[in-house]
This record gives sequence, C-alpha cells and structure tokens, in this order.
Amino acid sequence: MLKFPIYLDNNATTPCDPRVVEAMLPYFTENFGNAASRNHSFGWTAEEAVDYAREQIATLIGADPKEIILTSGATEGDNLAIKGVFEMYASKGNHIITATTEHKAVLDTCRHLEKLGAEITYLEVNADGLIDLAELEAAIKPTTILISIMYANNEIGVVQPVKEISALARKHGALFFTDGTQAVGKIPVDVNKDGIDLMAFTGHKMYGPKGVGALYVRRKNPRVKVTAQMDGGGHERGMRSGTLNVPGIVGFGKACELCRLEMDADTQRISKLRDKLETALLQLEESYVNGSREHRLPHVSNISFKYVEGEGLMMGFNKEIALSSGSACTSASLEPSYVLKALGLGDDLAHSSLRFGLSRFTTEEQIDYTVKAISETVTKLREMSPLWEMFKDGVDLDKIEWAHH
Amino acid sequence: MAYSDKVIDHYQNPKNVGTLDKGSKNVGTGLVGAPECGDVMRLQIEVDETTGMITDAKFKTFGCGSAIASSSLATEWLKGKTVDQALTIDNMDIVEELNLPPVKIHCSVLAEDAIKAAINDYRVKNNMEAIKFEEGAIH
Repeated sequence: MLKFPIYLDNNATTPCDPRVVEAMLPYFTENFGNAASRNHSFGWTAEEAVDYAREQIATLIGADPKEIILTSGATEGDNLAIKGVFEMYASKGNHIITATTEHKAVLDTCRHLEKLGAEITYLEVNADGLIDLAELEAAIKPTTILISIMYANNEIGVVQPVKEISALARKHGALFFTDGTQAVGKIPVDVNKDGIDLMAFTGHKMYGPKGVGALYVRRKNPRVKVTAQMDGGGHERGMRSGTLNVPGIVGFGKACELCRLEMDADTQRISKLRDKLETALLQLEESYVNGSREHRLPHVSNISFKYVEGEGLMMGFNKEIALSSGSACTSASLEPSYVLKALGLGDDLAHSSLRFGLSRFTTEEQIDYTVKAISETVTKLREMSPLWEMFKDGVDLDKIEWAHH
Repeated sequence: MAYSDKVIDHYQNPKNVGTLDKGSKNVGTGLVGAPECGDVMRLQIEVDETTGMITDAKFKTFGCGSAIASSSLATEWLKGKTVDQALTIDNMDIVEELNLPPVKIHCSVLAEDAIKAAINDYRVKNNMEAIKFEEGAIH
C-alpha cells in the first residue's frame, strides 16, 4: 500500500533508520552519563559508547578515530574548518579558494572572513556544475592556505573531482577542506585515497539523528590543526568544547556503520529508481536535467520543466509528494537558486526546477506514482501557461520586452 | 506555508483559462511580469463596444499557485463589469478575497497590472488614449 505523503527531499534531511533509534535509546535514560565524567561508571559507559561511535564514524571514511572532532552538524564543521584554519595558519597566508556553488555555510563563512582580512577567490563552475582544475591551479598563490570545495552539491548532486583537487592543493602546499555533507554515507569517501585534509559531514543526511556531525582533521602528512571557535572545557582535543551529545553520537556512529555495510546494495537499488524516474520525466517535452549526469550522486536528480513555475508545480501534488524546487518564490528575495544560476541557467529555467532526493526507504511504487503525478501536473500547468503557448506558436521569448518588477 | 482554501480551489479548478483573439478590435490583452521573476500573467478582456460591458475574460499564467489564483479570480470579477468599473479593482481586494500572505502580495499587484494593461490595450485599439497609472507601491 502506498502511504502519503511520499518523501523525496532526502537532500534536506533523511529519516532516522529505526536501527539507529534503537541504538540511541538507552543513552537517554539508563546510560545518560557525561562522557567527560572521569570518576564514575556513568561517565565511563558514556565515554565507551562515544569511543565506539567515533570508530564507526572514522571507519566509514577511512580515518583514524583520533581524527574525528564531533560537532553539532555540518554547518558547525564548515565554520570550524574554515575559520579555524584561517586563524591557525594566519602567519602563512590569508588566501582561501572556494566555488560559487558551495553551501551557504561555506560561502557565508568566507564572506565573514573577508571582513577580517581574508582574501577569497570564488571559482565559477561550468554548465555541468564542475570546477575547472586549470582555473583552480591558476588561482593558487603563495598566500593560499586553504582550498574549500564541496564533495557533492546539495542541489544538483554533482560530485567534484576531489582527488585531482587535493593533488593540486598538496602540490602547492595548501590545505584541502571538503564539505562532505551530501556525499559521505552515499558514495565511497576515503580521506587518504581522496587526499582530504579536513572534511565536515553530518548524521541527519545519512539516516542518523539531527544535531550531530563531525569534522575530520588530518593528524599526519600533514598534521593539521584548527583554532577552536568555541571556548570551554577543552573537549575534542581542544578543538571543540562542549559536553558531548552522547545519544546523538551513538546514533551517528550506528548510521555510519549501516551506510558502510549497505552502501553498495543501497546504491544499486536507489540509482536504478533514480534513473527510472529521470528517464520517465525526460519524456516530457522541454524538460532538462541540471548538472552533470556522469559525475553525480546516485540518488539525486534535478530537473527543469520549462514554462512551468516550480512552486506552482509542487502545489499540484504537495499533499502527496514532498520535494524541493529551485524556485525561491516562497522566499522574501524571490531570487531563484544561486546554484542553478551558476550553471548558466536562465532565471526562468531555475524557477522551473524540481530537486529529487531518493533514499534507502524509497520504493518503486512511490517513484511510479511520482512520475504520474508530476507528468499530469506539468501538462495541466502548461495548458495554463502563456509562455508555453508562445513557445508552441514559435514566439522567441528572449525577444519580448518583459516588464520587470 | 499553507495555502488558503480559496487559492487551492482556484488552482485546482481555474476559471476562464484560455485565449481570446488578440487581433480582434474588441479584445484587450495585458501581458505582465517576466519569466526571470517567476511570474507571467496574460489577461484578456472582450468588450461589447456599444455597452462598454466586459462580456468575456480569459487568462493564462506562469507562476505559483497564488499567481494562478489571483488571475483566475480577476477574470471572474471582470466578467459583467463595465470597463470603467473594472478599473476600480484594487489588488488589496484580491489579497483579502484569497487571504494572500505578505510574500504573495506581488501576485495580486500583478493581477491588477494585468487588468489595467488589458484595458489600455483595448482603449488604444479603439482610438482612446491610454490611461496613465501611477506606479504601484509594491513593485
């Protein structure tokens, strides 16, 4: 039986896996200790659980447990990595390279540092959403201390050439930080094979709980340090003070373990469903996939349906299907997605986009229903769209002088 | 953000979707908004030249549910009104009728603009001077 609403917004957050919740529960009630309490069994039990989870987390990304700094999530990890490196390596330089399609947690952190004297280079991306490696190398200077490029994009799922980026960073003596939020747990990420120096990621994008994440900080070749951004009890090797969220960390650990064990099977099944969805929706005239289809996460698809507006489109089925749109009609700014615009999409196509994020729990029945609902709504709204009528009449929409508001 | 029942009703059962012959002398067409802004409305009126009465109104809209509902409602209100009466339709009447939240007020402004643009198109076609409207406050 198909249950509504169908959830296809897994880039925003995933449901907790019931096995994760089960692992967490004892740490709210019986084993509630503070992992920093060194003098009694409550503290020891909590500390043991954290150690175990830290190992589960480290194993997923091929790291040493000592390299995992537990945080409240990826936004904190992004802030700690970028601000922490900027402060720690101030004597070496003040230049940071990032890209225009990064998450706001990276972009706004960089903007903040600009006010404090940082010099930031924002690399453009090509129509596929990928950065240009030659452009990256040309942007590196003697003062470059950090290259911050996300592993995979949250809106279009495009995976950047991380190995090549890290090789360039190493060659020129800069550190490489990657926001791994969307990639970790979904595709194989290995900090050593990928040459990553720092990486932020979070539990709630991989079937774990919200409010817990990690920053990977390399300990050798090279030994990386970040200046703490929160002062206090000196937890997490002095890099992140604050009492550990033990149940959250236990859940995050369990989620990492499940992702590691089930990634291959999940990917195989989910990518098949994603491809089915995409192939069916591309049957609609004037529909386009945004971003590289080749270098992409297996569970993500971002499609523009030209001549219909995204929010209006979602209204056709938002009681049954939960999705996101690149149209920001609901936001006060009325600006469409900056990521889609960075690919060179016109605002009209950006307004017409839907983002699909599938999960471990997505079923074929749900995909079939979604295809049908979206196809019907697109067709209905195009009948109602003056732009569609003009397109069908052969009118060149670019030649019309629109009254801009 | 939840939509009001009236917006949902207009979205699901839009009134007067369609196209009138824009070449006809007694048809006025207003096309407002821009694809880049995520809203384009085309509103058309058919006027009885002897009585000045709007006998038919049609719309097509590219936009969110509130934009579709605003234009659908506008066509309902236009039918049976004289051109002069139609000029008194205010965007805030649409906001009130559809319970539009503040972020959607621009949809009602667009509908009002579309009405005025259609009327002016009709006037110009029939050798009347276009009316100069003041710029709306919320553009």
